[in-house]
This record gives sequence, C-alpha cells and structure tokens, in this order.
Amino acid sequence: MQELINRAKELLESGEVARVLGWKAGDLPYNPEPAYFEKAEDLKDFVYNGFCGANLSKYMIEASKLEGKTMVCLKPCDTYSFNQLIKEHRVDREKAYIVGVGCKGKLDIEKAKKLGIKGIESVSGAEMTDDCDTLTFQTIYGEKSVAYADVMLERCHVCKGKEHQVYDEIIGESKDTKDAERFAEVEKIEAMSPEEKFAYFQSELSKCIRCNACRNVCPACSCRKCVFDSTKFDSAQKANVDSFEEKMFHVIRAFHVAGRCTDCGECSRVCPQGIPLHLFNRKFIKDINEFYGEYQAGEDTDSRAPLTNYTFEDVEPSIVTERG
Amino acid sequence: MQRIGVFVCHCGSNIAATVDVKKVVEMAAKEPGVVHAEDYQYMCSEAGQAKIAAAIKEKNLTGIVVCSCSPRMHENTFRGAAERAGLNPYMVEIANIREHCSWIHKDVEEATKKAVILARAAIAKVNLNTPLKPGESRVTKRALVIGGGIAGIQTALDIADAGYEVDIVEKTPSIGGRMSQLDKTFPTLDCSACILTPKMVEAAAHEKITIYTYSEVEKVSGFVGDFTVDIKKKARYVDANKCTGCGVCQEKCPSKKSLSEFNRGLNTRSAIYTPFAQAIPNVPVIDTEACIKMKTGKCGICSKVCQAGAVDYEQKDEIITEKYGAIVVATGFDTIKLDNYDEYAYNQSKDVITSLELERVMNAAGPTKGHLERLSDGKHPKEMVFIQCVGSRCADNRGKSYCSKICCMYTAKHAMLIRDKYPDVNVTVFYIDVRTPGKNFDEFYRRAVEDYGVNYIKGQVGKVIPQPDGKLLVQGVDLLDNKQILKEADMVVLATAIEPNPDVRKIATMLTASIDTNNFLTESHAKLRPVESPTAGVFLSGVCQGPKDIPETVAQAGAAAVKAIGLLAKDKLLTNPCTAKADELLCNGCSTCANVCPYGAISYEEKEVNDHGIRETRRIAVVNSALCQGCGACTVACPSGAMDLQGFSNRQIIAEVDAICR
Repeated sequence: MQELINRAKELLESGEVARVLGWKAGDLPYNPEPAYFEKAEDLKDFVYNGFCGANLSKYMIEASKLEGKTMVCLKPCDTYSFNQLIKEHRVDREKAYIVGVGCKGKLDIEKAKKLGIKGIESVSGAEMTDDCDTLTFQTIYGEKSVAYADVMLERCHVCKGKEHQVYDEIIGESKDTKDAERFAEVEKIEAMSPEEKFAYFQSELSKCIRCNACRNVCPACSCRKCVFDSTKFDSAQKANVDSFEEKMFHVIRAFHVAGRCTDCGECSRVCPQGIPLHLFNRKFIKDINEFYGEYQAGEDTDSRAPLTNYTFEDVEPSIVTERG
Repeated sequence: MQRIGVFVCHCGSNIAATVDVKKVVEMAAKEPGVVHAEDYQYMCSEAGQAKIAAAIKEKNLTGIVVCSCSPRMHENTFRGAAERAGLNPYMVEIANIREHCSWIHKDVEEATKKAVILARAAIAKVNLNTPLKPGESRVTKRALVIGGGIAGIQTALDIADAGYEVDIVEKTPSIGGRMSQLDKTFPTLDCSACILTPKMVEAAAHEKITIYTYSEVEKVSGFVGDFTVDIKKKARYVDANKCTGCGVCQEKCPSKKSLSEFNRGLNTRSAIYTPFAQAIPNVPVIDTEACIKMKTGKCGICSKVCQAGAVDYEQKDEIITEKYGAIVVATGFDTIKLDNYDEYAYNQSKDVITSLELERVMNAAGPTKGHLERLSDGKHPKEMVFIQCVGSRCADNRGKSYCSKICCMYTAKHAMLIRDKYPDVNVTVFYIDVRTPGKNFDEFYRRAVEDYGVNYIKGQVGKVIPQPDGKLLVQGVDLLDNKQILKEADMVVLATAIEPNPDVRKIATMLTASIDTNNFLTESHAKLRPVESPTAGVFLSGVCQGPKDIPETVAQAGAAAVKAIGLLAKDKLLTNPCTAKADELLCNGCSTCANVCPYGAISYEEKEVNDHGIRETRRIAVVNSALCQGCGACTVACPSGAMDLQGFSNRQIIAEVDAICR
C-alpha cells in the first residue's frame, strides 16, 4: 500500500495527474469506500486492502469529463470493465493514468458474519502483503481466525486471472484465486424444471427492495439516463408494488447488459438483500460462449461483440429456441 | 387529441361472413379519439375511397384506421386516398381483420371480438402517429446479375438491350451454367449447346454487358437504387488480355488427374483448364491445388509453351467495387448429395449415375465421347433402369419435400434418345407419378411410351444391389400389378432432386433477401410479385426461386429484367420516412446501434447538447435517413432507448400491445 501511496504522491506533485481515484477508510474496519484525492497530503487517508472490492472503472465516466488526468487504481478484473467502457466510448483512455493494483482475492464481510464472527474491532491479514492465507479478527468476544479463502467474494472463487488487461503501470502482486467452476451455479439452475426455476427466482427476487444499488454500481449500466428513470418510457414511475415489476426490473437489466457484462460481480457484492444477481448475467455469458464461441467482454477494446455482430457461423434462432 | 375515423370493410363476404362488421363499427366508435366510424362493402373500391375522403373533409379527421385486408395488399391504396383528401399518408393505419382474423377463424363471436381488438390496437397507434414526409434517393443506372447460367444471361441480355449497363458475376471460370452441361433439351430435342452458345456469345459481345467470371460477390451494402457491391475476382493466373485461347497449355500440362467439374467428376482435366470447349471467356484458369508449379515451385511448363506469355503465377485476387441500382439473383441449382440414399448404391457402383451425369455421358464432348457405355467396364448396356423422384417428394427428412419438376421430362427425353440411338437397349422407368404439364410436354412423354416402347412402371425402387458379375439387381414394386419386381440392369440412372446452389444462403444474407426452409429465395408475393424479392431492388431469376425448366427460366429471366428496367428507368426514388432517429439527450454514444446497422446508416458526431441546463459536448448517434431502411435493429439494440423508429416508435408499439391486453 505504501508503494501505491508514494507513487500517487509523485504523480500528484509532478502534476502528471490532477487527482487520484482510490479508496479511503470507512467508518468500520472492513468497509473502505471509493474516494478522490486531489492533494498529496490527503493521501494519508488512502487505503488499499482485501476489503477494497469496489470496481472503480465506472467512476472514470465522470472523471473523463474533468480537467486533467486521473490516476485510477484498477484490480485485474476491474480492467475488463474499463476496456468495455473504452469500447463503448464512455471513458477517455487519455484521461486515465491506470495503476494496476495487485489483488489476491477480495473479501465479503457477510461471509465472515455467517461464520459467527461478530463485534469486529479490527482485522489483520487483509493487507495483501503476504499470501493472504489467514484472516484474523479482533472482536469484542476475543480473537478469531479464519482461512482467507473462506471469506472471499463469490466472484474471486471464479477469478478471471491475475493479468491486468489495460494499465500504465502495475504496483503489487496478484494471485489467481480461482478454485471453482464459473458456471456451476448456472448449471444447477439450468437443471431445474421451469416451475422450479420460476419458484427459485421468485423467492430470490422477491427480496428486492429496488434500492437500485446493483444498477448504480454496474459499469455496464452506464446510460446517461436509465430507462427506469426516464419519463419517456412506461417502465419509469412504477413502484415496487407487484411481483411482476420487480422481476421485470432485473430481467430487463440483465438483457440490457447482456454481451457487455464482464462478470465483475459488483451487483451481487453490493446487494443489501444478498440476491445472487450475477447469475442472470452469467447465464447470458454461458449462452453466448456456447452459441458463438468463447467471449469475454472487456478482453479488448475493438472486437465486435457476438450479440452486436453477425457471422455466417452464428447459430440459427431455432437452435436457441429449442435449447431454451 | 387526434380526430380519428374508422372504416370497416366487408370485403364482400371475405370479412363480413365471419366478422360482425356492425359490431366492430360500434365498438370502435367508443375508442378514445374516434369521431367517425362506418362500414362499407368494398372500402378499396372507388366508392369506398370516396367515403373515406368525404369523412376526412367533413369531420376534419387527423388520422384514419381502415379495418380491412393486409397492409401489403392495400396500405398504399388507402394512403393514396388519404393524401388526395389532404391527410398525411402516414396518418393511416390498417387493422388487418381479413388475413389475421376472418380468414383464419370460423366462430363469428370470437372473430368479431378479435377484430375489435385489432381495430383498437390500430386506433391506439394512430393516436400517437405524427405526419411524416418521404425523402428522395438517387438511382444508379446499372444492374448486377449474380450467376451466369441461362437465367442470368437472359436477364442480362434483356436489361442491356433496354440500354442499361449490366454486370454478370459468375463463380465458375465460364458462363453457361447447368444448361451448358446438358446434351439435348426437351421437348424439341435440340442440342443444348447449339441454342445456348449464341446467347453466351451475344452476352460477351454486348457493349453494355461486363462479365466477371471466376468471381464472387463479397459484400453488399446500400439499398434499392444505390447498392455498393464488392466483387472478388479470383486470380486465374492467366492474363485474359494476352491469352489467345489456343489451348496448348492444357495439352502440355503434366498434372492431368483433377476431376473435371464440368463432366461431373466422370473424367479428369489438366491443372490449367477451360471447363469446356465453348467456354466464355475462352481463357483457362490454374487450379492451384493441382498445379505442380504452385505446389512445388518446379514445372512452369504452361508458361514456357504459352506463345502469348499470358501465364502469370503471381496474379492476385482483385476486389472490384461497383455501384448498382438493381440486383438480380440467378444462382441456379445443383443436384442433391446422395449420401442419404445408400439403397441405390450410387457410392458403390460406377454404373449407378445421376441424370445430370447421364447428360455428360450422352454428350459428344463428354467422358465417353457420347457413346452410351457403362462407366465401370466400358461395355454397352442392354438393360437400363431409371428411378424417378430420388430425393424429391420425400416424406421423411432424407430428401426434399418438393417436386423437382424437371425430372419427368428429362427422363422421358433420355429414354427416347437411348431407344432411338440404341434400339437394342431396353429402358425401364420406375415412377411415382408422371407429371408433364406444359406445352407439348405430355405428347412428348406419350411418344416415349407409345412410339419408343419405354417401359414405365408405377412404383418405387427399394434397393439396387450390385452383383458379383457387375450387373445391378433392381428390387422394385409394380403398384398397378401389385407385385414385386426383380430386374437385372446394366446401368441405373437416378433422377436426383435439385436444390438451390448452396452459396445462395450467403448471398441472401448479404442482400437481406429472405429464403425458405429449402433455401429457395422467397418471392414478394407468390402470385402477384413472383420475380421480386421482398427486399426492394432485388429480383429473382431462375431456379434460385423454385424448380423450373429452361422455357420457364427464360420467361422468368425476362420478367426479372423488366422489373429491374422499371426501377432503373426512374431518376429518383421516394424513400420511406419511417427511419430511425436518436434522442440526443438519451444517447450514450456507445456505438451499439452503429454495430448492428446493416445499412451503415449511423455515424457519430461530437455535439453540444443542453441537458436540462447542463451544457456539454457529447458523442451522439446521427442517422442518415437516406440510408436508413427502418428495419429497427438499432432501436432494440440501444441500451438506453435513445433510438426510435419514426412511425413505429416504442411508445406506439407499447400502446398497441396495451390496447390488445386491455
């Protein structure tokens, strides 16, 4: 972290960047939040640790409009989102100084809580300096240690790899934390009967309180005006009054980001109700892979995405219909 | 608020027999915005149109809904009537209560209910319609014909004779197509080459016709009147300007083992070759896969013997980009592969051949110099069996469901020619039905039976079994006699089903022209627009549209030419005003719409916008309305809903759906 702060200081002082986009400590030991730093002395609040899950690439949409360059800290998986935003002309590559920050898996405090860890006063082992094997919590009930991997975000178990897809320099080591099949959960749902599927999504989606956190955090949901906020469409103004509407919100959102979603997992990370929203997107990704060949959104900035392209090898619609 | 008039047509009894039209009038009158509703026996008649005009004027209507037949039938009629009465033609909506309702339902109560709903949806839409004005686009006075068989040649000649430039693109090294492979033609038995060659020569010599052989269409963009086409001219490795067509290179070429495409693989050709003697152009091509020079770098004999110095091993493929006002597809057909028909032993015995192969066997320039002989041992056959409908009229999925149409006639032709030339050969034909409608066709078939003694057996063949002595045991059935037949034959000829040239799928996709499940190109209207593709500016000629014989093909080729000429004769075309438009304040500038646009109609501008007081420069999609065809692909791809189609806006369509679900 110190190396990162030093470099940020240098860049700010030399005037090469006008601001630094990173994280600062939150009010609890495990909830750092995205933050801008415009002066070198402000960097004393800068943090980077295992709890810095937030994908900062979406902030660059607004930062691209500001004067001067922004130094932005992107983890390997965040760089996919950034590339995708370049492809969609939503961020300006020239306005970003990308520091690829090391990542050895990010943490999900809810998982720790589920393991019975409560009254957390401080955490050690999340500094990303070592191998990130053990996480130790000082709690009001005493010290508790857990395996780091047991508290990792779901998305880190299906890690896309330790390589940054776009960067100006890299600071810190990364580790591929993949230890699960990416589509295992999707396959489980695919195996359900239509009735079971409906019941499953009904029960998950009925938890939705329409806080819009998933949409607001999603780098693919970058529309200037969301259809759900616009008076131009009948989808606006609808309160969460019936079960139909809440389903439609997530289904429409999944369609809107289909083929553009990099599977960054932010939607599920921020959902206060713990809905596994990423499953919708991952189903689309799985289908795209199967129908059109392996495709990872954000791997590059200029290829034609399968859903907005046509080749003679494309599957016939009837095959898609048959498969469901 | 609109002032809407609703006009319900009886269409004689077509609608009125199944739909209670009075009830539709009564219900429509209650819809929001409707100030006038009436019914009439024939709305499309002059009197019906007069009623519409009168109501528009008297009631100051701002929009009308006509509940009648399909808009494909009479939308233009009613738009015209509205325009003459002073109403913008795009304020007219059609509720299709005939094809979508009365024709497909029997129950009057149910059908009436549905008709009311369809009317309601159209009224909901017209409430949101806005007047639109068509633009104009230019017409490039040049036509492209894809395919250089008899269909393509005839179309090109007719267009060229009318004074317009025509380009023919032919995939193979020569024009001529399937007809050039035929020996004789029914029902007159004149030599195919004798009647085709003059046409080929005429096309080649015509000052208005340019022929690109050994070439393929690579890319098509644009729209009716203004297509831009990339043509890939494959390298021949022979300079057409220098080559004299002397043929020495082909004689001296040491690589002579490639199967001759022209002779259907029944004999071989050299690596440098012209497909047949009358080929146009009479310029050989080098088959790079067979050429020793190309494969090993050593040889070069053709180059050494060429007096004209025409051989050029360095020649490259060339892309020619040309603009066209009209495109005619004439891609023709091939016979189906017989892999699904192992029972006929086609792949096991050289003496089981397709009819097209028999054409080559009978032809003086063919593999046997025109002598009828078994391909296995060169012996003269005594017993010949013809099997009809191999892959045609097929009930299972092995072959084609349709009748290939030409087989009954060419088999009668083959049978007659064989009996005439070799009276010692017995000819038996197994058939399901003999179908010979056409001028002088049935007489032709009768002649085969009555004058030439061809033995026709109604029934199918179950199996052809090659015997150790080289004979073929044909196991069939005689349905009229109700008995099994076992017959020894020396040769078996399969009347193999024809199918559209497989390349047509690629071409149809490039042209956005629709094809049916059998890969035949779809005509715009089965009866009234048989040579037009539903895609404006694209016309159909020959078997690519459906099975047909030479006279029919030539007739259709002429018809396609006339339609193309009708288009080329215009200086300007009115463009459809139902084009896409981006809402500047909603557009993200993400390029998704431009990626999906098949017409290249969308570009981007850095534009200053005022978004509720926020002034900023944004990347915004701009639609070129002259290029936009209103397909709507962008409107569904746009994630923010900024793209909308004028005349078919998202709100209008949702309003229709809401009206239906109400």
